[in-house]
Amino acid sequence: MEKNLETIFQEKIDAEIRIEPKDWMPEKYRQTLIRQISQHAHSEIVGMLPEGNWITRAPSLRRKAILLAKVQDEAGHGLYLYSAAETLGISRDEMTEQLHTGKAKYSSIFNYPTLSWADMGVIGWLVDGAAIMNQVPLCRSSFGPYARAMVRVCKEESFHQRQGFEILLTLSKGTEAQRQMAQDAIDRWWWPSIMMFGPKDDESPNSILSMKWKIKRFSNDELRQKFIDVIAEQVKVLGFTLPDKDLKWNETRKHYDFGSINWDEFWQVIQGNGPCNKERLDARKKAWADGEWVRDAATAYANKKAKQNKAA
Amino acid sequence: MSFQLNKQYYGDYGEAKNGAADISTSGASKQEWPLWEIFIRNKQGLDHKHVGSLHAADAAMAIENARDVYTRRMEGVSIWAVETKFIHASNPDDAAALYDPANDKAYRHPTFYDLPEAVKYM
Repeated sequence: MEKNLETIFQEKIDAEIRIEPKDWMPEKYRQTLIRQISQHAHSEIVGMLPEGNWITRAPSLRRKAILLAKVQDEAGHGLYLYSAAETLGISRDEMTEQLHTGKAKYSSIFNYPTLSWADMGVIGWLVDGAAIMNQVPLCRSSFGPYARAMVRVCKEESFHQRQGFEILLTLSKGTEAQRQMAQDAIDRWWWPSIMMFGPKDDESPNSILSMKWKIKRFSNDELRQKFIDVIAEQVKVLGFTLPDKDLKWNETRKHYDFGSINWDEFWQVIQGNGPCNKERLDARKKAWADGEWVRDAATAYANKKAKQNKAA
Repeated sequence: MSFQLNKQYYGDYGEAKNGAADISTSGASKQEWPLWEIFIRNKQGLDHKHVGSLHAADAAMAIENARDVYTRRMEGVSIWAVETKFIHASNPDDAAALYDPANDKAYRHPTFYDLPEAVKYM
């Protein structure tokens, strides 16, 4: 019987029929999705921290309003994704707890510090750019609630990348010090950004199952190459350079060749040894603890109101 | 190298512990705010459409949260919030039997009828 259900399930996937929460699904599909969606949600939430760092120090009211709106969007993206994950039978509190105990991870990119205003530009351009490259195919993910959440996210993400590029464009036309600040930010964020696509395909064996189930549709390396090809051209518009001496157009491959990635650094950051891992998690735990009385008070108020309504 | 992470790609960063995700760690979720399903009317004249869910202590908070989460770009002119526990849904496993009465009645569709080309405006 079980095998039969699994066959039906795979036939639906192959026929591009979306899976909805109440449909039968293999337990591993459910678990993979819970992990992926919740960790994606955590990334959005933790991702607010590096940028939140600059809200009070934005150089103008216009930039401040934009940055606030962007960070608010990230909160929204986290919430869309948490609610998609909840349809699979995990509670919000469980997910929060998994983040706080370190059981669930989030994107390693957010464990790097934001040292200058130019970092706001580079995060929008490169980090959100890499995110978009990864997220657009997720809009066709086989699990309905995830795909629908991603459609919403992608619609909003494009503003994020454009405002980032605009920050850098402005700096590129500024003083020598401003140009240096922007170049320095690009130099620091470039390699972590291309690590966002994950390990090389031959070191990511379990993606095969995710491809078969159409949770994921392109391999890490395919997406990384696509991203590098796009950015290598865009950086010319800014008049800056990418910190990779091996970056070169390959006429036969019709792609840019690029230098080797420092995977040791990547694993170190994933394992918790990045520059800001502790700071990020502490900030999340503090926010959760500081908010406890608010959650309790709102619950108490709602209960009191409900009682009064019943009595009336 | 002996890190435990066995899987890593975008949106899935592996986990501290090997193996399948454990979905029942629950530190007995003390009092999670109830879950609400949110429906938004994009503009006057259209119907409310399901957009997702959120947590809120009561209906007023659900509507305010829905405004912040689902209408940051003028996506709505009206919001419905329904506590999730009050939604009753058909079971996908019953689909075959449930929709069976409609399955063999093609004559309910206009295309079922072959009319001569000479007949206009029908």
